[in-house]
Amino acid sequence: MEALIAVLVGVLFAAGTYSLMRRSVVKLVIGVLLISQGANLLVFTVGGLLAGRPALVPSDGTVPPEPYGDPLPQAMVLTAIVIGFGLAAFLLALVARAQEAVGSDDINAYKNTDT
Amino acid sequence: MPEFLIACPAIIFIAAFAAPCLRCLLGDRVGYVLSVAPFAALGLILSQAGPVESGAGVAYSLDWFSALGASLDFRLDGLAFLMSILITGIGGFIVLYAQGYMHGHPQLGRFYLYLLAFMGAMLGLVLSDNLILLFVFWELTSITSYLLIGFNHESKEARWKALQALLVTGLGAMAMLAGFVLLAAVTGTWKISEINNLGDLVQASPFYSGIIVLLLIGAFTKSAQVPFHFWLPNAMAGPTPVSAFLHSATMVKAGIFLIARTNPALSGSGLWEYSLAIFGSLTLLLAMFLGLFQKDVKSILAYTTLGVLGVLTMLLGIGSEYAIKAMVVFLLGHALYKATLFMVVGSIDHETGTRDVTLLRGLRGLMPITAIASGLAALSMSGLPPFFGFIGKELIYKAGVKLDGIEIVFLAAALVGNLVMMGLALKAGIGPFFGKPNHDALPKKPHEAPFSMWIGPIVLAVAGLVIGIIPFWVTEFMVSPAVAAIKGTEIAHLDLALWNLVKPNLPLLLSGITVLGGFFVFLYRARFWAVADRVLAAIRPYGAEAMYERIFNATMWFSKFQTRRLQTGRLHDYVFMIVVVAVGLLLWAINKHGEWSIAVNWAEYDTLMVGLTIIMTIAAVLAVLANSYITVLASLGTIGFGVALIFAYYGAPDLAITQLLVETLTVVLFMFVILMLPKLKTFSSGATRLRDMIVASAFGATITILLLKALNIQFSPAISSTLAEMSYPEAKGKNVVNVILVDFRALDTLGEIVVVATAALGIAALVAAGLKKRKGEESS
Repeated sequence: MEALIAVLVGVLFAAGTYSLMRRSVVKLVIGVLLISQGANLLVFTVGGLLAGRPALVPSDGTVPPEPYGDPLPQAMVLTAIVIGFGLAAFLLALVARAQEAVGSDDINAYKNTDT
Repeated sequence: MPEFLIACPAIIFIAAFAAPCLRCLLGDRVGYVLSVAPFAALGLILSQAGPVESGAGVAYSLDWFSALGASLDFRLDGLAFLMSILITGIGGFIVLYAQGYMHGHPQLGRFYLYLLAFMGAMLGLVLSDNLILLFVFWELTSITSYLLIGFNHESKEARWKALQALLVTGLGAMAMLAGFVLLAAVTGTWKISEINNLGDLVQASPFYSGIIVLLLIGAFTKSAQVPFHFWLPNAMAGPTPVSAFLHSATMVKAGIFLIARTNPALSGSGLWEYSLAIFGSLTLLLAMFLGLFQKDVKSILAYTTLGVLGVLTMLLGIGSEYAIKAMVVFLLGHALYKATLFMVVGSIDHETGTRDVTLLRGLRGLMPITAIASGLAALSMSGLPPFFGFIGKELIYKAGVKLDGIEIVFLAAALVGNLVMMGLALKAGIGPFFGKPNHDALPKKPHEAPFSMWIGPIVLAVAGLVIGIIPFWVTEFMVSPAVAAIKGTEIAHLDLALWNLVKPNLPLLLSGITVLGGFFVFLYRARFWAVADRVLAAIRPYGAEAMYERIFNATMWFSKFQTRRLQTGRLHDYVFMIVVVAVGLLLWAINKHGEWSIAVNWAEYDTLMVGLTIIMTIAAVLAVLANSYITVLASLGTIGFGVALIFAYYGAPDLAITQLLVETLTVVLFMFVILMLPKLKTFSSGATRLRDMIVASAFGATITILLLKALNIQFSPAISSTLAEMSYPEAKGKNVVNVILVDFRALDTLGEIVVVATAALGIAALVAAGLKKRKGEESS
């Protein structure tokens, strides 16, 4: 099953990268969103996929029963999801404000704003 | 008391950094105080004459980066002794002289800082017994001389010339460093005194030729040998005390010093000898030719310095005992008369306002002491008896007449060189003081220079006369130890009595020819000036400096070109380049270090997940290609919730919950700003989009390959299992992921909260700014 998810991760990266290379500023945000989804999924998958076995300690035990999903990548991805949200929200606000200030939604017009 | 070896440069460096403060406290008289430092160092060095003369020398080592072989190894042997005396002795007088010359200059303190720092670096250089230490000091002299040459930094020309000197000597130093590394690799030590005992090992090594070429590039750039000679006359852009110091005792002699220092280890092959002799004699001849046409006294002296450097290099190449003796004597004599003459030129310039030899005449009545110093120095430079310069010249001819076969051309070069040099010496040192005065034509009314400006020249000039008449004591304690150090022998004996040299033999005949020819050059000097501008303009396009300018401009052009191409300022190009490079490097690494086969079990799959993956893939394509916000939002939402489902399915309930929450918020946020966003448009052409699509797909495929390969690697599974096992006993938490976040990696989580809070602040500021602007527009 990992192979299929790996292909999905590749698709998300490809789509995100393509989107990043577009000139429309909004596509920039879409690209960032897609890549962060792909990256989260990548880290998650690297730990190995195990259906329905969360790393939870049962009420009568002290260690989670083997086998269990690797908790370390999960903790990292959890952090990444939240930070990704912060980034996306900031980027959205920035793009909305920037295109209003520059007066163009073509990102190539943004390099002439320093003059 | 060998600690004095580290104390000598230290005293001068301390004086250097104290100079700006002292200038504020003492005013212009600061030169008298600062000159104490070099003279004190001179005293310390002279106190070691005994051990140096016996051939034992003095050594002192202090640990520095000993693991890298770089320790503070200092050593005072005959060569270092001679050089140190010149640096500190002449340096002391220069410090005094500068006080008069730079009188009232607002940046006098800064000037002394640079000058003394340069002196300290130079002294450290000649005392170093460690290749790395030597290199550090070598670079320090380059940097400080850059500051000195460019001291008049308001002038664009001065800045350009300073940069030229820095680039030429700096690039040479890079080659030299490579040579040092090879030398240390071959011998297994960084200590120069040890390397010099391992000459056979060095010469048997396959790197021998490489070491020579690299070291000589360093030495030739620093000592301005052809084809790197052009920076030296240009370095005249600095104030005259700088020229006097840099071109007499120090900087330019550093290359000669390096050759002499490594001579015991490297000499003995045709490559070494002929490289030095040929480049040295070419430098001599070229310098003399160009010198003939100079009209600025300072330039004349600069070209004679270039010629002397050529002679010294040539003599090191000839390498016989007479040649080395001649080299040491010539070096000492040159330091004395050239420092004098430069200081004299500075005084003339200072008092009359010009350095043009066609204007300067008959100053002897008005500047008597300067005239005497100048005359003595010029006669010594001409090589007339009984001056010290005569002994140097005689020794050159003695070494020369021993040559046979084709090597006799070096003798011819020396003869021509000495002959012209004498003419130039008279032109620069005698010409301005004799003849009919024309004081009215001068920009300023001349009078004698102040004490601080004539003391140095007169002392050094008289020294050249005295040691010419009675050379014995100088021979015993300065010349022969230096010759021994260069030859790599314990001790060398030589007899330099003046009357031994005045014998009717071939060398004396050559001396006679030199004197006659020199007078003719002097007499007919005006003929050269008449055609000077034409000749110099005609050869300039073919010179080394023109080549330097071409290389410099080409480098600048290339730099601009590649900056324009790489730094386009367009996001698309940056992303494109990064992705292409990343794909290339990743595939190259997989190809080189791994294999392409990947163990994939396609048979094992969940129907639910297969369906989900297909839906998400379609959504990803739609999100990118669609030009309608509804489609884009629906696609992004599908992907986000799809990811949440994957998390939930594969045992990560916490991730699934968070992802659902965040995804909902993101979609809501997108809806919120959608009215402020422009319509989605397609800007790029079809070809660009196709190219980007191919590159992006390649990137995605590479990530997939990477992930599939990574799945087969487990670096340290113990981390995860230890965390899981410690979770309940240590942290009393049953959800391992939660425990990791709030307990084991709590600081990371704090960092994450800070990031989100910062993003929130940023958003608040952006929204506030937008509202303010809109309000402003409404009210106006």
